[in-house]
Amino acid sequence: MTYTTQKNRVLIGKAGLDGHDRGAKVIARALRDHGFEVIYTGIRRTPEEIAAAAIQEDVAAIGLSSLSGAHLRLFPAVVEALRRAGAGDIRVLGGGVIPAEDIPLLQEAGIIEIFTPGTPLERIIAAFTEACASHRSGRSL
Amino acid sequence: MSKHPRQSDWEENTLNKSLARCPERQPQFSHHGGSETPRLALPAEIDDHYLDTLNFPGSYPYTRGVQPTMYRGRLWTMRQYAGFSTAAESNRRYCYLLQQGTTGLSVAFDLPTQIGYDSDDPMAMGEVGKVGVAIDSLADMEILFDQIPLNKVSTSMTINAPAAVLLAMYVAVAEKQGVPAAKIQGTIQNDILKEYVARGTYIFPPRPSLRLITDIFQWCTAQTPNFNTISISGYHIREAGATAAQEIAFTLANGCAYVQAAIDAGLDVDVFARRLSFFFNASSDLLEEVAKFRAARRLWAKIMKERFAAKHPASLMLRFHTQTAGSSLTAQQIDNNIVRVTLQALAAVLGGTQSLHTNSRDEALGLPTEDSVRTALRTQQIIAHESGVADTVDPLAGSYFIEAATDRIEAEAGALIGRIDQAGGVIACIEDGFIQRQIENSAYAFQCQVESGERIVVGVNRFQTDEEVGPPLLRLDPAVEEEQVTRLQAVRATRDQAAVDATLSQLREAAGGSANLMPLILEAVKAYTTLGEICRVLRDIFGEHRDKGYL
Amino acid sequence: MIIDPIETLVQQVQAKNPRAIARAITLVEDHDSRAGQLLSALDPQSIEEMTVIGITGPPGAGKSTLTGRLIARFRSEGRRVGIIAIDPSSPISGGAILGDRVRMMEHALDGDVIVRSMATRGRLGGLCAAAGAAMRIMAAGGCSVILIETVGVGQSEMDIISLADITLLVLAPGLGDEIQAMKAGLLEVADLLVVNKSDSPGAETLTLEMETAAHDRSQVWQTDALTGKGVAELTSRLIALDREHRSDGTRSKRRGQAHEREVIDWAIELLRPQLSSAAKAMDCRQSADPRQLAQELLSALELKANPDI
Repeated sequence: MTYTTQKNRVLIGKAGLDGHDRGAKVIARALRDHGFEVIYTGIRRTPEEIAAAAIQEDVAAIGLSSLSGAHLRLFPAVVEALRRAGAGDIRVLGGGVIPAEDIPLLQEAGIIEIFTPGTPLERIIAAFTEACASHRSGRSL
Repeated sequence: MSKHPRQSDWEENTLNKSLARCPERQPQFSHHGGSETPRLALPAEIDDHYLDTLNFPGSYPYTRGVQPTMYRGRLWTMRQYAGFSTAAESNRRYCYLLQQGTTGLSVAFDLPTQIGYDSDDPMAMGEVGKVGVAIDSLADMEILFDQIPLNKVSTSMTINAPAAVLLAMYVAVAEKQGVPAAKIQGTIQNDILKEYVARGTYIFPPRPSLRLITDIFQWCTAQTPNFNTISISGYHIREAGATAAQEIAFTLANGCAYVQAAIDAGLDVDVFARRLSFFFNASSDLLEEVAKFRAARRLWAKIMKERFAAKHPASLMLRFHTQTAGSSLTAQQIDNNIVRVTLQALAAVLGGTQSLHTNSRDEALGLPTEDSVRTALRTQQIIAHESGVADTVDPLAGSYFIEAATDRIEAEAGALIGRIDQAGGVIACIEDGFIQRQIENSAYAFQCQVESGERIVVGVNRFQTDEEVGPPLLRLDPAVEEEQVTRLQAVRATRDQAAVDATLSQLREAAGGSANLMPLILEAVKAYTTLGEICRVLRDIFGEHRDKGYL
Repeated sequence: MIIDPIETLVQQVQAKNPRAIARAITLVEDHDSRAGQLLSALDPQSIEEMTVIGITGPPGAGKSTLTGRLIARFRSEGRRVGIIAIDPSSPISGGAILGDRVRMMEHALDGDVIVRSMATRGRLGGLCAAAGAAMRIMAAGGCSVILIETVGVGQSEMDIISLADITLLVLAPGLGDEIQAMKAGLLEVADLLVVNKSDSPGAETLTLEMETAAHDRSQVWQTDALTGKGVAELTSRLIALDREHRSDGTRSKRRGQAHEREVIDWAIELLRPQLSSAAKAMDCRQSADPRQLAQELLSALELKANPDI
């Protein structure tokens, strides 16, 4: 391949009923400003809806945000929905008001990165960049 | 120099009447050593400019406060927002807070309740009891206020889209305690417009939502004269990233929409306007925040007088609750948050708030523990009783900085309201995303400043330390959802189903017409019809609003 | 036996697998070297039969909401629907926020609604090539109706619209200047002029204005996408118009023109990497005229520029 117009494509989703979308939208914009193509789902989506959209849009990674404390149920449910649809390779990252002791539980459930309040955008962007790169290199097509 | 005649007039007619009605907390206020704290500091010479822009407290345009003696008469209400998992758990927390000297209750509901889903709805998965108490039916509400005398305590409920249902449940519980509806005191948030732009707990589209709100206004004017029927909220608009001037502009623009809707529904502005209250954010930018509160009072008084031709002074006064800025709290070095909250609470008090919630230090990590809630309340008590700022009225008035900032915010917010009016009003601006985009732009600009280091956040982008794992957090029992569902199913199994069906079909019919829905909702909740069942009927008739995710 | 991954992918696309459809579109969008093999293996029959509907109009006219309504109509007839939603890329970062998906989330769990958001990625003509390929892949994946939605006003919109068999221009009252800007070009190419938000003040005036501007009054339709009013009638008209165009030769004439366009776009796209590396290699003296340099560049690549243009 000598010439490509490859772009990092990611989806930012809000699962559950939490309507606080400031963080999700700031991250969507920051990713856009770092050359990503970002699909945003809006608030109040079910894990199944988020997974289906991610598959149709062929994204490399999903960023989930929750501030309501429902992350232990909702984040793993997105990973599950992806796996059921044969898309377990899509990387899932998450952020929000998440207590430290929940982080290992989420990682065990397949969420590769968790960002708590105050995480620099730079680190978040680097994590998405890395997720896209590793997703690409792991893909046969 | 002799006293300005308007000052003598104010003292005679406004101040003395107020003192007679409500004496000051102490016969005298003084500093250590005995020198007296003046009630009201005034410029050396009172001129027309002073009278037009500031005037005396309790006088139009209320820049210096809505009461003539402010906190010398009565301190602000210290109202801590709380609500945990189940009704019984929350009830215990309320009893604790009342014992600790809190003077008003503030109920946080979980998201399924706020969005009109029962706890066993698939949409409620993972959210039951998380950010507040789960209320499915009157049975839960009875537990929530068990042993709490509703004729004495004032209760604020953060509920919007299904406000009519929760208010009806509150009225029904009060009646069971033998307290008539006319005696209950408190506030429902009931501010749907800001949900579309900031907080996200809407159910129905804007227009039918406004109809529900005016139904509440109408019903409460007759039935619950001591209950505030709306708390028009800038808090969440600010949390979503708006600037101080945007917070005021969008909140007051929403206020205008409610007032207009009520007038259109045939209500007399001077009857219902005094029941409007506001809810603002206090961030750490102390001086700008003080100016913001003063500007908001002045701007609202002018709007009510000039645009809506309100005549009664109570219609012109902007009374507000304040909460400290949750989004300013950091997960790093969480004790620093106590200092932030102190600055923010001080801004609210210097700005003349009527009630105040102070956030707890650990809220960036999760739900606050009882210990940190107590510290938050103590912060208010220290400001009230030790700082001395409550002993005089509007102490920052006349500062060149404060007055200039007050003028600037009033002008900026006024111009923004003008743009909204020109674009067809606030609903049109919500529908086409103008307001959402304004807020998002401010939020993003702020974050970029933090990222670049242009704006310093202590412990986050400067002065960091290596920290161990955070302090103990309040953990919710994961079985809460299951228990709540069991309780709900027990209610469904034991109630008179025929009565439930009858109230629901009456409600369905009325929702399609134009009758006031409050009496029917009250009948429905008394029959133990659930919140989700009532909202499902209304969803069928009114439709559902969907987020367009403006970016 | 070695299984060719592209062959497998094509089989999966033709088995209507959403993931495969999505993956195939990405390969083309990213200029993967195997894109040519993929595209030429698609079933030509389904491509021949698909109906492509272009939906354009200024921001705020309600295109996405109307698109959502049209999806529901076509779904109720049992048709599999593909949607290509195009948003501009940031000229500075090259990134994009693809926001139309939000308004179609109500169809997210319907496996027969295939939505793909595409960013313009700074390609002007090249966008036609990529969007045209996405259409073909969706058609091969079982979508008999494909809706292409473009935001904004401009040349790339006009180009994209040339791919459609039928074009809808969506307008709404109160958008003012933006409508003026659109009228010039798009009014001419649009088959149907839709006045959306028909219950809003100004809708009647706008309708009259459109009826004056249209070739014939039957081109102008009123809808209120929010409530769904007028959408059934509009859909019937769309279907009837498609039938007319199929029988009177309009469709095949347009397809022929569009096809030629796509060929040219692809040629430019395929040349772009060589052009760009040749330009880097040669000394682009700022003092020299750019046109002159372009000719030198083409002859270096042994491509002959037409001396007459």
